[in-house]
Amino acid sequence: MSSSALTIRGLHYSYGAHRVVDGIDLTAETGAVLGVLGPNGAGKSTTISLAVGTRRPDAGTVEIFGHDPVRDHLTTSQLAGVMLQDGGLPMSSKPLQVLRHLASLYENPLPVQELADPLGLNDFAGRTMRRLSGGQKQRVALAAALIGRPQLVFLDEPCAGLDPQAREVVHTFIRELADRGVAVVLTTHDLVEAEELSDEVVVIDRGRIIAQGAPEELRNASAAARSLTIDLDSPVSDRLIDRIAAIAPASAQGSTITVEGAPDSARIAAVCTAVAEADVQIIDIGMHSQSLADVFFELTGRPLR
Amino acid sequence: MRMKRIVSQTKFETVSVLRNGEQLLLSLVFPLGLLIFLSQTPLLRGIGIIEPTADPLTIALPGALGLSLASSAFTGQSIATAFDRRYGVLRQLATTPLGTNGLVLGKLGAVIAVVLIQYALVFAVACALGFRGPVDVFALILATLFGTAALLSLGLLMAGTLRAEATLAATNLIWVLMAGVGGLIVAHPGEWGTVVGYLPSGALGDAMRAAIGDGGIDIKAIIVLLAWGLVGTLAARRWFRFE
Repeated sequence: MSSSALTIRGLHYSYGAHRVVDGIDLTAETGAVLGVLGPNGAGKSTTISLAVGTRRPDAGTVEIFGHDPVRDHLTTSQLAGVMLQDGGLPMSSKPLQVLRHLASLYENPLPVQELADPLGLNDFAGRTMRRLSGGQKQRVALAAALIGRPQLVFLDEPCAGLDPQAREVVHTFIRELADRGVAVVLTTHDLVEAEELSDEVVVIDRGRIIAQGAPEELRNASAAARSLTIDLDSPVSDRLIDRIAAIAPASAQGSTITVEGAPDSARIAAVCTAVAEADVQIIDIGMHSQSLADVFFELTGRPLR
Repeated sequence: MRMKRIVSQTKFETVSVLRNGEQLLLSLVFPLGLLIFLSQTPLLRGIGIIEPTADPLTIALPGALGLSLASSAFTGQSIATAFDRRYGVLRQLATTPLGTNGLVLGKLGAVIAVVLIQYALVFAVACALGFRGPVDVFALILATLFGTAALLSLGLLMAGTLRAEATLAATNLIWVLMAGVGGLIVAHPGEWGTVVGYLPSGALGDAMRAAIGDGGIDIKAIIVLLAWGLVGTLAARRWFRFE
């Protein structure tokens, strides 16, 4: 028996002629957070609606703990909780009324207060959903996803519009879910968030998965994973850069030298020796470790689309 | 279990309707106002819709019942559904064990619950105004069920295909047209009367007017409502979009 909560194979979906999901394979394991990254319109939200069975795929299969979410909706809807990007909660009701109603739809729901207390929903329990701020709505939506005691949770941009305190609360919540053995599928374009929370990351662009792995693996696999930057008190001479380039691939721009590749101690020592022998002074020295953001931009390109 | 979820959704939607001021205006204040206005002013006699000796309640009561149905099954429910759709509520509920079918059945349940409240109030006011029957209860039930099917399916079709604002504007306008010129409240003479007799509003009006009084079941009107209900349901199943 595998521990996969969600298995997606060869998923395809088109709006008319536009291929939104173009052959996606995904696996979400219990007790882990799977980060799904991608620019706007990459197909993330469509993938989620296919995964939870509110859309039927053109081709491919989805299994939630071995069950088809379209044919066996009653089973999968008890197992999977969903937090939609735009809230999706009745505007004319109050937060706890909404949660009590949703709880009544599940076989074994959590008591509403078990979510309302840690998520701070009591502070605005007297207001209708319509009158809540974006961040408050998000917190109610997160509670709505969790009320049925799901073993698999889909969170579509759960921290969009949250202030730093609320974000911290939600992050802790997500990690605790995974620690309790829940499988979490988290879509986000907040790369810091993805790096912080995810055990595994997939990057989706134009309906395909273009990279996947643990956040560290992705960072290290990238071409310019790490580099060493040295600022000098005077412009870099040709002779100096030639000497350094003999140690490791390097380039100079004005008074700054960039040495590509993992900067281990021996390499740093060799480069600094070369600088010292050229009789120039070092003003600043830095080791640049690439973030997931750099990898993301490298993969999907910087231009807005 | 499935039944429990549908009942829960019915309760939730019913309470939402009863808490909403505009919905209450549309579903209770207007039908009751119409009942009182048509039965207490000389309008119906004055414009020759009924004989000088006839009881205006025989027109005012079925009119108020039909308008109640048009308010809650058509305009009210389609506006509520259109905005739920816009805010993603339908998508969210579709991911719960309630599912799409449970959602639709919950809405149907809420419409029936609100209609029962409307009918109780309309009949209570009519009796207070001196209405003493007769009422063909079976004919009234048939008119109500088939009228609900036709109006609700067409309302949901609009809510599921048009933008929320367009649904709001169109269903309010259609409500006014149904009441004013659609044969819902008074039967129209001549060719226009024949035309509206084939529309949901005119057929519902005919079925209601037959049920209140001694007309019994207006078979033709019931068949017209049934046909619209089938068309509306098939079209809504085909074209309704959750987003």
